[in-house]
Amino acid sequence: MSTASPAIPTHPARRRLVRGLLLTVMFLYIFILLVAPFAGILLTAIKNGSAVVSETFSRPDVRHAYWLTFVITIVTMVITTIFGLITAYVLARHRFFGRRLMNALVELPLAVSPVTVGLMAVLLFGRGGWFEPFFASRGIQVIFALPSMILVTIFICIPFVIREVGPVLEELGTNEEEAARTLGASPLQTFFRVTLPNVRWGLLYGAALGTARALGEIGAVLIVSGAIQGQTETATLYIFRAFEERQDASGNVVALSLAAVSILLLVGIEFFKHRRSKEARS
Amino acid sequence: MKPAIAVEHLGKTFGDFRAVDDVTFTVEEGKITALLGPSGSGKSTVLRMIAGLEDPSEGRIFLGPQDLTHVSVQDRSVGFVFQHYALFRHMTVRQNIAFGLTVRKEPRDARLKRVNELLELVHLGPFGDRYPDQLSGGQRQRVALARALAPRPEVLLLDEPFGALDARVRQDLRRWIDELHRELGITSVLVTHDQEEALELANTVVVMHEGKVEQVGTPEEVYDQPATPFVAGFVGSANVLEGLVIGGKVQFGDELLEGASHLSDGSAVHAFVRPHDVRVGTESMNGSSSAATVDRIINLGWTSKVYVSLPDGQALVAEVPNETLAGVEEGASVFVDLRNAKVFQPTGTAGAPLDELASL
Repeated sequence: MSTASPAIPTHPARRRLVRGLLLTVMFLYIFILLVAPFAGILLTAIKNGSAVVSETFSRPDVRHAYWLTFVITIVTMVITTIFGLITAYVLARHRFFGRRLMNALVELPLAVSPVTVGLMAVLLFGRGGWFEPFFASRGIQVIFALPSMILVTIFICIPFVIREVGPVLEELGTNEEEAARTLGASPLQTFFRVTLPNVRWGLLYGAALGTARALGEIGAVLIVSGAIQGQTETATLYIFRAFEERQDASGNVVALSLAAVSILLLVGIEFFKHRRSKEARS
Repeated sequence: MKPAIAVEHLGKTFGDFRAVDDVTFTVEEGKITALLGPSGSGKSTVLRMIAGLEDPSEGRIFLGPQDLTHVSVQDRSVGFVFQHYALFRHMTVRQNIAFGLTVRKEPRDARLKRVNELLELVHLGPFGDRYPDQLSGGQRQRVALARALAPRPEVLLLDEPFGALDARVRQDLRRWIDELHRELGITSVLVTHDQEEALELANTVVVMHEGKVEQVGTPEEVYDQPATPFVAGFVGSANVLEGLVIGGKVQFGDELLEGASHLSDGSAVHAFVRPHDVRVGTESMNGSSSAATVDRIINLGWTSKVYVSLPDGQALVAEVPNETLAGVEEGASVFVDLRNAKVFQPTGTAGAPLDELASL
């Protein structure tokens, strides 16, 4: 970033050595752990030729897996964005008993393993679970079906929007909102014309992070979905199965496509992050 | 003149803290009223309650004949100018000024016309398409003022409007607001901790201290006839001298000072004397002057501050024209003559330290 502070001066020769060493460590670290695996997937996919690609994309189970991932991601994105925004707003603007507890609670999903999240959902909605009778009596299948898959993904993605929007709201303060109110704006007008435009980049950044996370989720979804081929199998679950069944080629293709979407999101994330930091500063 | 705003027995409690206590005053139509007080005196809270940004714990607020107490902010028709401008950072100057008209769904043509009018009024014609972060502090505050005036509010509320600006810009903007007010004649309430600002701009000054009103009066009244020790010490600078009342006069050292005829003999009192009401000379003046020793002289250009000690040890500062200082030098024995003393019996709130008051 442009605000990076220069290192404290030391002896020039020594400084060059240390600098070279640090750069090497960084490049090796990033290359071995990030770039190499990605290149591996890419090369394998290319090596197998376009026949595998078209064969993979024409398979009904693969198509269904993509569709499922798409639905889960979109629903998660919409819900976590809307409710995350409301939650962040309430936490930043209202003082109430238990506020600090709520503030800590919304970050819980970051600390809990997705597998645990999946298990919790099974305990609640599975056979003998607290909520199972309610849904069963209405003929709604939650566990081993789309609802529970969406539910656990949302759970895991809750913190992203809240964590990004909250600090921006705090930073903004209430001055502009008060000004809008004295100028005759209703609370809703104030929110949509003043508050929301002021946090839009933070909101998009949080939403993009959450979307990337939703796209790649596997642990919790694996537990609650049962990974039924052609029914509750998402793209990530398909990759999992493809490698188990030694169908590396098509698994590679799907993995590569997911990675491509992630890179696209990453570009968006970097852009939003940049705009957001400008938003919090000015 | 009929009152445009009337505030009756207004009170506000935050938790255990009594921010505003039984505040009553009226604001005359077309005039500027200043709420003057140190920080924490509750003046901003009173202003925010008039605007509707804060709910009063008790009391009532009237705008003309209308009881505003429970009217929501957006329906009050007040313009509010904040200390830190509070401009909408994602909108241009034009969009900022138009905001109050946009949310009221005024027709586009009327809106454009009004925005142009205001841009002219605040001398920011060429800056209409800039964003707030491309403007200087003084320019931002002018945009804030234009924005507050755009919907034609009945009253203008200014919360320390010059507080965030540097001294030079503050002077210019103050003079400009004065002119603007003469031109528009909008009823205004100005919150400030700067007594000079209040005395210069306001027709009426409400002096506040610890949530209560100390005095309401014209600038001349609060300056020349302070009603309480706090006002005497806060508005303008003053020396505070301790003495005893003897025969309607205050005695300290070997000086007898007029101004205590309303107090009984033997009471301990505080006398407030402004530095420019202290004369310093090498010879005794009209019999009532006291001997003193010069501790220090600070030249301020055409006047000097002369710090002296009285025989009883009390310190005093005089502000006198330089041409009267012949023979007065540090360490010299001189005579001081005090005029226009305001004498009060000490209360818990009086008697701020001399240094602090004299340095104003």
